[in-house]
Amino acid sequence: MNFDALIDCFSASACVVTQISSGLIIGMLIFMVASGVTLIFGVLGVVNFAHGALYMLGAYFALTAYWVTDSFTVAVLAGAIGTGLFGVVFERLFISRVYGADVLSQLLVCYAFVLILDDAVKAIWGGDFLSMGMPEAFALPPLMIAGGFVPPFYAFLTAFAVASAIALAALLGLTRFGKIVRAAAVNRQMVGVLGINTSLVYALIFGLGAALAGAAGALAAPVRSATPGMGFDILIESFIVTVIGGMGSIAGAFVGAILIGMIRAFGTVGFPLATEGVTFAMMAVVLLVKPAGLFGKAGR
Amino acid sequence: MTAISRTGLNRRTLMAGAAAGVLAAPHVSRGQGKEPIKIGMPTVLSGRFTVVGDSARGAAGLAIDAFNAAGGLDGRMIELVARDDKARPDEAARVVRELLNADGCHLLISSSTTAGAFAIQEVVRETGHLCIQTISETSSLTADPKIRLPNVFRGARQVVHDAIAGASYAAKVAKERGLKKWMTNSPDFAYGRDATGQFVESLKKIAPDTTIIGEAWPKFMAPDYTESLTQVLTSKPDALFTAHSGGDIVAFMDQAKLYNIFDKVPMFTPNLADLTSIKQIKKLPPDVRSGTRYLATYPDTAANHDWHDAYVKRNGGEPSNWSWETAAGTAFLLEAIKKTKSIDGKVLAEALRGMTIDSPFGIGGKLTMRAEDQTLINYAIGWGSVLAEPPYLKNIQDTDWSEIFHYETEWKKSKGFI
Repeated sequence: MNFDALIDCFSASACVVTQISSGLIIGMLIFMVASGVTLIFGVLGVVNFAHGALYMLGAYFALTAYWVTDSFTVAVLAGAIGTGLFGVVFERLFISRVYGADVLSQLLVCYAFVLILDDAVKAIWGGDFLSMGMPEAFALPPLMIAGGFVPPFYAFLTAFAVASAIALAALLGLTRFGKIVRAAAVNRQMVGVLGINTSLVYALIFGLGAALAGAAGALAAPVRSATPGMGFDILIESFIVTVIGGMGSIAGAFVGAILIGMIRAFGTVGFPLATEGVTFAMMAVVLLVKPAGLFGKAGR
Repeated sequence: MTAISRTGLNRRTLMAGAAAGVLAAPHVSRGQGKEPIKIGMPTVLSGRFTVVGDSARGAAGLAIDAFNAAGGLDGRMIELVARDDKARPDEAARVVRELLNADGCHLLISSSTTAGAFAIQEVVRETGHLCIQTISETSSLTADPKIRLPNVFRGARQVVHDAIAGASYAAKVAKERGLKKWMTNSPDFAYGRDATGQFVESLKKIAPDTTIIGEAWPKFMAPDYTESLTQVLTSKPDALFTAHSGGDIVAFMDQAKLYNIFDKVPMFTPNLADLTSIKQIKKLPPDVRSGTRYLATYPDTAANHDWHDAYVKRNGGEPSNWSWETAAGTAFLLEAIKKTKSIDGKVLAEALRGMTIDSPFGIGGKLTMRAEDQTLINYAIGWGSVLAEPPYLKNIQDTDWSEIFHYETEWKKSKGFI
């Protein structure tokens, strides 16, 4: 523990800006994945352990699109839309068969697909790690804000994630589709009785969650190596965030992700050898004090 | 009805029998030949370090193809049986037992990462099978007499050798450039700790005015290094050492570029000058120094160029550091089999101790399996400035193995290994 360094950091604007931006960057990518996990759980009641594999698919779709078009915009769209479409098909063919099943059955189906997708990626793109490299538009020196460093790409990534969070909240809170989704989350049969195609709603929600993971993978592609199995770490982190924020709560995922990001960013200054431990300790404390998570509803 | 039906046979049964006979024929004819020599290979065939298994299988396969094409061991062909250990020690131990007990492997080439290698070491401690470790570079595997086994040899490079080579080079650069304040940023697992600790220890011996002003230990295969990179920005070191490797060093550098860190701070690493890594770096910072992992141009000999070309032709992709290590370990094993005309582990072990072979990867075209600790020595190690294009490294300084032996002996004494 080095609390002097932590106090020094808090007293220097350069350090505070750099570490806050660092925390936001770490948190926002996790949020993109965790929001899909929590959305799918909240509406469909499925703990999607294959969500990390969807993040991986997004990265590979984006890489391929980038190689073909040399456009990062197309790459992100390909990552999000491609993975979203895959998610819809995946939900219709497999996940829909384990609705209402016990967690073990859901886990087995999802884990099988983690292995299948890892092998499929290896068969198609090879086992070597691949890197997109930074798109020209973002290959710029870091911005200096109050003496701290903020890379333009990370500023874009943070803005993208925040915009996604706002759009998601608006979609679920302000639109008719959102009302249907919220109603389906409470009572699917009742929504079905009203003449709404709930299978389609479920498929769209799963596709939306998958698209968020795919977009995260695409956004990560310029700075993270793409390899088979790359989704495992972010899956663990997104589950921690989901548990802290509350299963089923998008706002909880957002706050949880920022908390994790800030612990890691400032932890590296004050307790660099214990950031992982502190993250898990925080999850344990939340589970003990508020088992439903910070924004979760008891009984879900 | 015919007589056949009266005996309980009919046309359908006969056809099924005939089909079974046709399918079984190749196995029958093979069974009449000599039993193959089975070499088991636990390695990583899934997940983020699949490249290790692909490299190892490709390299061992190339050497074994040549051995078999030359007639094998008096007509007995070698069969490589690779199994996925998922880079996990528990799985590595299970897979090795399966290779030995269920698959009937006679010998082992362990191409597991460090965690798996130590687990495999414990299995063969019990079973006594001959095993060549070709991936784990962690020094204690063969340097520590409590871990070293008479039936296990290392065909891979070793951290302490690389650390001394790197420290010797870094000390020269540091003296020229006045680099005194260093930071380290390495993966938090056995190899990362070992490589970094021994580099720092050696650097302080060779350049005593060195101070370490910060260290970061992101977890192995961490996807994100942002927080430890911002630590570099706030600490302002003169130079940075990292032992990240593979896809991790590519991600580490991609993320560091966003902060222009290596525009100001020279980076030293033993692990970047490897074809599978360096080709993934899209824009290389100006001042990156690396040790040679595997380059087709180092050593710059016809034998190395030919091996590179043969590897690419057989396997499709570029060879990595893990490829040459496995090629070297396999070459020692095959040479011992040829020399002794035996697959008895004890006989082979005796032949391997102190053996020198011709190899594209050795100083002067020779590699030696040092008898005293059953580990590889005299492999080519150079350090230089990394280039984005071939030959990928310039101003390479060859490492003097007498210097490595000198500091290695001091290190072993300090650890109580000798």
